[in-house]
Amino acid sequence: MNQPDLTAQSVVKRFGDHVAVDSISFEVARGSFFSILGPSGCGKTTLLRMIAGFLEPDGGEIAIGGRTMRGVAPNRRPVNMVFQQLALFPMMSVGENVEFGLARRGVARTERRNKAGAMLERVGLAGAAAKRVDELSGGQRQRVAIARSLVLEPTLLLLDEPLGALDLKLREHMKIELKQLQAEFGTTFVYITHDQSEALVLSDHVGVMNHGRFEQIGTPQDLYYRPRTPFVAGFVGDSNRLTGRATDVAGDRVRVDTGDGWTVEARREGAVADGDAVEVFVRPEAATLSRAGESGSAPHEGTVESLLFDGAKSAVLLRERRSRREVRVALPQTGEFADLRTGEPIAFRFDAARAVCFRVRSDRDG
Amino acid sequence: MADAAAAPMSGAGWRKALLMSPALAWLALLIVLPHAELAVLSFREQAGLRHYVPSLSHYREFFHEPEYWHTFVRTAWMSIVATFATLCLAFPIAWVIAKIARGRAAAWLFLACMIPFWISETVRTLGWMILLRETGVLPAVLVKLGIVAHPVELLYHDTTIMVGLIYNSMLFMIVPLVSSLESLDNALIEAAYDLGANGLTVLRKIVIPHAAPGITAGCIIVFMLTLGDYITPTLLGGKDSGWFTEQIYTEFITRFDWGQGAAFGFLLLVLSTLIVIAGLKLSGQRFGDVMGRT
Repeated sequence: MNQPDLTAQSVVKRFGDHVAVDSISFEVARGSFFSILGPSGCGKTTLLRMIAGFLEPDGGEIAIGGRTMRGVAPNRRPVNMVFQQLALFPMMSVGENVEFGLARRGVARTERRNKAGAMLERVGLAGAAAKRVDELSGGQRQRVAIARSLVLEPTLLLLDEPLGALDLKLREHMKIELKQLQAEFGTTFVYITHDQSEALVLSDHVGVMNHGRFEQIGTPQDLYYRPRTPFVAGFVGDSNRLTGRATDVAGDRVRVDTGDGWTVEARREGAVADGDAVEVFVRPEAATLSRAGESGSAPHEGTVESLLFDGAKSAVLLRERRSRREVRVALPQTGEFADLRTGEPIAFRFDAARAVCFRVRSDRDG
Repeated sequence: MADAAAAPMSGAGWRKALLMSPALAWLALLIVLPHAELAVLSFREQAGLRHYVPSLSHYREFFHEPEYWHTFVRTAWMSIVATFATLCLAFPIAWVIAKIARGRAAAWLFLACMIPFWISETVRTLGWMILLRETGVLPAVLVKLGIVAHPVELLYHDTTIMVGLIYNSMLFMIVPLVSSLESLDNALIEAAYDLGANGLTVLRKIVIPHAAPGITAGCIIVFMLTLGDYITPTLLGGKDSGWFTEQIYTEFITRFDWGQGAAFGFLLLVLSTLIVIAGLKLSGQRFGDVMGRT
C-alpha cells in the first residue's frame, strides 16, 4: 500500500463532559473511497469537521498527504468538503461557484473560466456555467457541489451525507454516479453517512462508528459477513437478533439456548464460554425455508406471520413454534415459496457458519 | 345570472374597501392633503393683501441665497456620513446578535439595543448634553486624567451632532441587519472558507451580497430619519447647527413665511428621494425587494 492520504492518530474531541470522538485512529489509502458509517450522534460529523479544520482536536494528530494539520486553518488545507445541504452560493452563477476556489488561489480569469468549464463538462453539466443555482435540479446541484471542490484538485474530498436531501430514486442514481466520479478522478474520498447501503455500495473501506469510536474498519464484505462486534452485526444490513445462553462451545461453534425452549447453532466471534449470556445475529438470507412435513432435516419450525413482498428483497416473517420469537427469512429468488399463506406451518434452518454469536458484555449495551 | 354573480363580487369589493379605509384615510388626511396644501403654498407669491399669484420665487430664493443651499448640501452630506458610520458600527453588533450569541444571550443583546428607545429622543439627547457640556461629566474626567488642563466644551461641534445622530439611528440599522444575517446559512460561510477564502473575502463575496437587502433597508431608514431629524442637531449642535430642518422650522415659526418653509420642505423631500434612488442604483437593489424582505 502506498502512503496514506489521511492518517488519524488517537484523535479526541470533547464537548464539555461529552466525549464526541474518543481516541480514534485510522488510515485512508490514496485514491480509495472510505466511508464513516454510524447512527446520528455517533461523532462522525465531529470527526469530519476536524479533518476539514472547522474543529481542532483536543488530542491526537491528523495528517493529510503526510503533513500534520495541527493549527492549519480550513482555507489552507488540501481538503475540500461537499456539505450536507451542498452550500452552493445562491448569489453566484454555477460557473462562479465552480470558479470560487480558483479565484481565491489567484488563478487568472480566462484560465479559471476554462478550468471551470472543463470540470462542469466532466460532471455532465456542459454549458450550465451561466445558469443560476436555483435553476438546477437536485442531482445537478449535487454535481456542481462536487465539481466546485474537485476543480481544486484536493488531496482529500470530504462528503458530509450529501445524498441525504435527495429523494430515494435520485439517491440510488447519484450513488452510482458518485462511485463512477471517484473512480474517474482517482481522488481520495472520505464519505460520512448513516445509510449502510450507501456505505456498502460506494466504499472500498468502511469504518463503523458508535459512541465516538470505530467498532470495526474493513471492506464492505468484511463488515457484512464477518462483523466483529454486536453493534456492527446489528447496524450493517438486516439481522435477526436472538438472545440466550451458550450451552455448548466446541471450537468456533456454539449452541445457544434462547431460554424459552429454542436452541440454535452459531459461529462464535470473540471469547464465548459455556453459560455466558450471548446474542446471536442471523441474516434473513442465512436462513432457508422448507415445507413443513417434507423429508429432509429442517430443525426449526414455525408459522408464517406475514409476507413482506419487496421484489428481490422479499422476505417472510415467521413465528418460531416453541419460543414464539419472530424471525425474518429471505424468500428465495426462484419464486419457490411465492405461494406461502399467512398462518401456514413452515420449517427452516440457519446456516450455522453465517449466524454470529457474541458474548454480551455487561459494561455496555450493544 | 350576471347580476347574481356580480352582487357577491361587489360585496367583497366593499368589504375590501372598508378594511382599507383606515389606511386610505390616514394616507389622504395626513400625507396627501397637507402636501397638496404645502405645494400650493410653495408655488405662490403674495402680490398684495390677501392676494396671491403663482410663482417660483420661493424656489428661486433658495438658489439665490448661498446659506440656504449650503445648509441643504451640508445636511445631506452629514446624513450620508452618519448613515455610513451607523452601518459600520451596527454591522459587527448585528453579526454578534445573529451569528455568535445563542438563545437567551442573543435576546438580551437585542433588548440592550432596544432599551434606550424606551426614553424619548429629547431626554436621550439631553443626556448627551449632561455628559458633554463644559461643566459635564466627560470634560471633568478628561481633566482628572490629565489629558486636558481645563474643561473643554464638547457640545456644538459637528462631531457631537454626528455622535448623537449615530446613537439615535443604531437600532434602526441593527434590526434589518440582524434579520438578514440570521437567514444566512452558516454552511455557506464554511464552504467559502473550505474553498480557500479568507475572512475578508467571505465578508465581501458571501455575507454582504446576502445581507444586501437588509443593509439597503437599514440605510434608507437611517438616512431618512437623520435627514429629517430636528431635535438632535438642534440640541447638540446649538442654534447654528446648520441643519436643514431647522431652516424649515425657522421659516414656519420664526419668520412666519409658510410659503418659503413649504418650498424647503419639498426640496428636502426631493433631495431624500433622489439620494435613496441613487443609493439603490449604486447597490443594484430594488425598493420593493428591499422592503419586502425585511
